[in-house]
Amino acid sequence: MPNLSYLKALNRALTTEMAADPSVCVFGEDVGVAVSNVTTGLLKKFGPERVVDMPISEQAFTSFATGAAMAGQRPVIEFQIPALLFLAFEQIANQAHKFSLMTGGQVNVPVTYLLPSSGSRGGWAGQHSDHPYSLFAHVGVKTVVPATPADAYGLLLTAIRDDDPVIVFAPAGAIGVREDVDFATLAPVPLGVGRIHRPGDDVTVVAVGHLVHDALAVAEELAGTISVEVFDPRTLHPFDWSGLAASLERTGRLVVVDDSNRSCGIGGEILATAAEQMRLIAPPKRITRPDGAVLPFARELDLALQPTRAQIRTAVEQVFKLSFPPATESSTAAGLSTATDTEE
Amino acid sequence: MTDAAGLYRTVRLIRRFEERAIELVRDGTIVGGIHPYLGQEAIAAGTCAALRPGDVITSTHRGHGHVLAKGADPARMLAELTGRATGLNGGRGGSMHAADFSLGILGANAIVGAAVPIATGAAWAARRAGKDVVAVTYFGDGAVSQGVVLETMNLASLWKVPVVLVCENNGFATTTRVEQAVAGTITGRAEAFGIPASTVDGSDPEAVLAASLEAVERARSGGGPSLIECVAYRFDAHHTWEHTARPRYRTDDEVAEGMRRDPVALQGSRIPDAERDRIDAEIEALLDEAVRFAVDSPPPDPAGALDHLYADGLRARAGVS
Repeated sequence: MPNLSYLKALNRALTTEMAADPSVCVFGEDVGVAVSNVTTGLLKKFGPERVVDMPISEQAFTSFATGAAMAGQRPVIEFQIPALLFLAFEQIANQAHKFSLMTGGQVNVPVTYLLPSSGSRGGWAGQHSDHPYSLFAHVGVKTVVPATPADAYGLLLTAIRDDDPVIVFAPAGAIGVREDVDFATLAPVPLGVGRIHRPGDDVTVVAVGHLVHDALAVAEELAGTISVEVFDPRTLHPFDWSGLAASLERTGRLVVVDDSNRSCGIGGEILATAAEQMRLIAPPKRITRPDGAVLPFARELDLALQPTRAQIRTAVEQVFKLSFPPATESSTAAGLSTATDTEE
Repeated sequence: MTDAAGLYRTVRLIRRFEERAIELVRDGTIVGGIHPYLGQEAIAAGTCAALRPGDVITSTHRGHGHVLAKGADPARMLAELTGRATGLNGGRGGSMHAADFSLGILGANAIVGAAVPIATGAAWAARRAGKDVVAVTYFGDGAVSQGVVLETMNLASLWKVPVVLVCENNGFATTTRVEQAVAGTITGRAEAFGIPASTVDGSDPEAVLAASLEAVERARSGGGPSLIECVAYRFDAHHTWEHTARPRYRTDDEVAEGMRRDPVALQGSRIPDAERDRIDAEIEALLDEAVRFAVDSPPPDPAGALDHLYADGLRARAGVS
């Protein structure tokens, strides 16, 4: 079976879609030469009218793509660095994303924002190591974080075909992943449908992006002791809440691993939703970057602020041992539990 | 309509539309207020008169004039301002986001300068698709130091995009005078990017039209972008909020002097009295009907507050669980 790398999967999705749909074009810095290796071969195949090297003007070319999309094109913008999203946040969150609602549905903005090597690349320091996917899920932009080559292919294809703005984060920690794939089975992956990479009975680990691979490694380490289910949401907005609920129906225990800063990260939203609406038999845990983290340069410091396998393993072991205390009469009387009041 | 009467009709329509809209702000029918276009009518009228139906525009927070001059239905426009289901945007946009894509009106935009790259991208894409489309993008003097506007001038010139950059210099960015905020010149910014630029009397519809015809022809024939700085005077408030807050940043004498440059009076003087009276009466009847239509229209159903958030009808989670 052929072996497909994550990078090649992105390239293959772009090539496939550009060949199939003449309205698809690629904007970005150094996309002709393909410095990120994602756009390799596209300039030669499709020409400079469809593979457009941009000056260093992220704000202008992001909204330029919005205008082009309104006029019938389907641009894919490659941003070389995730922090450029802060620069173009106005153009994505406040312009492209809002046009459909603000105009009463008169226009769609089918732009894809592609972030090859999002998150820490190791040693790229404070302004090149962000992973701001939660920010986009928060404002309502369709947000995709594929973990595997086949999902990267299928989700990028879907993102390009989607009639709304979609942002695709390709984590640096996943971009080196390869897998054996039957090319005939490569297919679009719908947004909002999670994937269980490994079924289990005891603890559900929700892992985002490259952390799926860490969660799988921990699940393997713990096999025979704790049966871990690894749930990959694949898209953060829309989120596969029913898929998560179904997993928790089986396990009732939850650990979330998320490369966001802690406060207001998607990990917090997953915990909150599970606590409000899903079956939990033990207090859940999340592993994230610290509150308001800025990744420092030195390798030891960089790694110190990102979720680790050891942290995942500890959290799984702890959650496995925990359970909610049963409601007692005294706690009910003290108002600590109102379960009896709301029982149907 | 490039004839004198046609231009008069447009500036008069905008003038009376804005005056009626201000009345509706005062009586509470329009909530959130408006940014009146009074005094700048010649700019919208002159530029849009140079366009064909298939051409496109982007507008600003002070955008009613552009939207009307490009042909939007005043009744549906007023219904949008009053937040009705029958509005251009179904009540989802209001004064600062009025759009009619069927007429090439790619929306008013509430962020200063933000629509300039959108119009430029739309013009680039239309040309790429082999369509004969020129875009006009309006922005104020307050936008000329926004990075995204300057970045877009570079792109537009680099690729000879068929876009006309129309800077409405009304003297003020909210309350800050242009001379306090703009180093160098507005036309000099464009010229630095190799874009031909001119300054015209933005109170004179025919002067604006003449400059626009030249710029639009340059764009259409592949000559690339132009910038027209239209100098006018904003008669009324930055926003109707000023009617009650009354910030002091210009004297009554200055305003009175500025209002002598009246595009409606100027263009009215260029046509026979009888024709002017006929147009005035026609516009009053049109606006009476528009106000009636807006006020009688139902508000949108709150159950649909998130309609159109996504093209595919994806429903966002509610705010309560």
